[in-house]
Amino acid sequence: MARDGGVSCLRRSEMMSVGGIGGIESAPLDLDEVHVLAVDDSLVDRIVIERLLRITSCKVTAVDSGWRALEFLGLDNEKASAEFDRLKVDLIITDYCMPGMTGYELLKKIKESSNFREVPVVIMSSENVLTRIDRCLEEGAQDFLLKPVKLADVKRLRSHLTKDVKLSNGNKRKLPEDSNSVNSSLPPPSPPLTISPESSPPLTVSTESSDSSPPLSPVEIFSTSPLSSPIDDEDDDVLTSSSEESPIRRQKMRSPGLD
Amino acid sequence: MNTTVVAQLQRQFQDYIVSLYQQGFLDSQFSELRKLQDEGSPDFVSEVVSLFFDDCSKLINTMSRSLEQPDNVDFKQLDSGVHQLKGSSSSVGARRVKNVCISFKECCDVQNREGCLRCLQQVDYEYKMLKTKLQDLFNLEQQILQAGGTIPQVDIN
Repeated sequence: MARDGGVSCLRRSEMMSVGGIGGIESAPLDLDEVHVLAVDDSLVDRIVIERLLRITSCKVTAVDSGWRALEFLGLDNEKASAEFDRLKVDLIITDYCMPGMTGYELLKKIKESSNFREVPVVIMSSENVLTRIDRCLEEGAQDFLLKPVKLADVKRLRSHLTKDVKLSNGNKRKLPEDSNSVNSSLPPPSPPLTISPESSPPLTVSTESSDSSPPLSPVEIFSTSPLSSPIDDEDDDVLTSSSEESPIRRQKMRSPGLD
Repeated sequence: MNTTVVAQLQRQFQDYIVSLYQQGFLDSQFSELRKLQDEGSPDFVSEVVSLFFDDCSKLINTMSRSLEQPDNVDFKQLDSGVHQLKGSSSSVGARRVKNVCISFKECCDVQNREGCLRCLQQVDYEYKMLKTKLQDLFNLEQQILQAGGTIPQVDIN
């Protein structure tokens, strides 16, 4: 079983406090680890998504509303957050149906912000409504997951993340000039799922396409060993199925329609 | 470790959990949750379902109040409650509870108070039934562990 992100697994007291306050539960940030902001008004779903993410080696901050998410990101008022320099968010995953602010509205606000528009946003929903999916993708959502979310879904997201981290504004890692000459062949899969910067080529921050266009570019420079999942997403932007489930579980940006 | 005892308990566990799937109490999402449990988080599943059952209890109370006055049913609030219950039951693999929620939602949509009352009763019954079943399952797990054994991986579909 995959190692749990270096962070001790949620013990009962931690789990209760994550749910109990319904507020911001944040782990100390480490620049080398992938940090995900998860937004869901359902306590049960928050616990599950948090576990799914931790088990795939992500640090997780889970909040219970769009407002708290904005607050966490420092987007809830006009002035830029003083904390921004220390804030590193590599992925935002949010439920669609939430009271107050929907996931769609949150997505829009994130895409409107100069600091965070680069951060991939994934929408989760229990309802497979095409118009909803299309709307989210058009607004710049990275991906759309149908609930209930499974381990394979998160693993898939995670494997994209290592490619996307290079596009994220929050990523402060520097790149050497010659990183483009790094070979693009995949390093062999290995059991630990964490990023090991010592053992892999440095990250490249792409300077050309810095908008929220699809992350799958032909030349991929990986910063980490991929997951043990056999899925190869490199040149396949249609639905990749890791399970025998209904094919329409998620959509990518370039194929919003059903295939 | 008494390997015979362990083997017996493991067999019991396996049969029991399979029967829960076969009888429709649980669906594949429950097995997804089990994948997330390991030595570091040995109680993950029982803790999540415990939160789910708390959720059920709270939501059922709220919805019951919404349905109290025949002339003044807050269907909007009901719908919200059903939606939440459907979501969380789906997330833990509580199949029967989820299915009742689907019917429940239909009754809300057409503002059928009687239908809603029936569904509410049914959802209450189903979650309590599941709670008992899962308690038995977790007890078996504990017995296996106490006897020095490991909990079998059970492959569904």
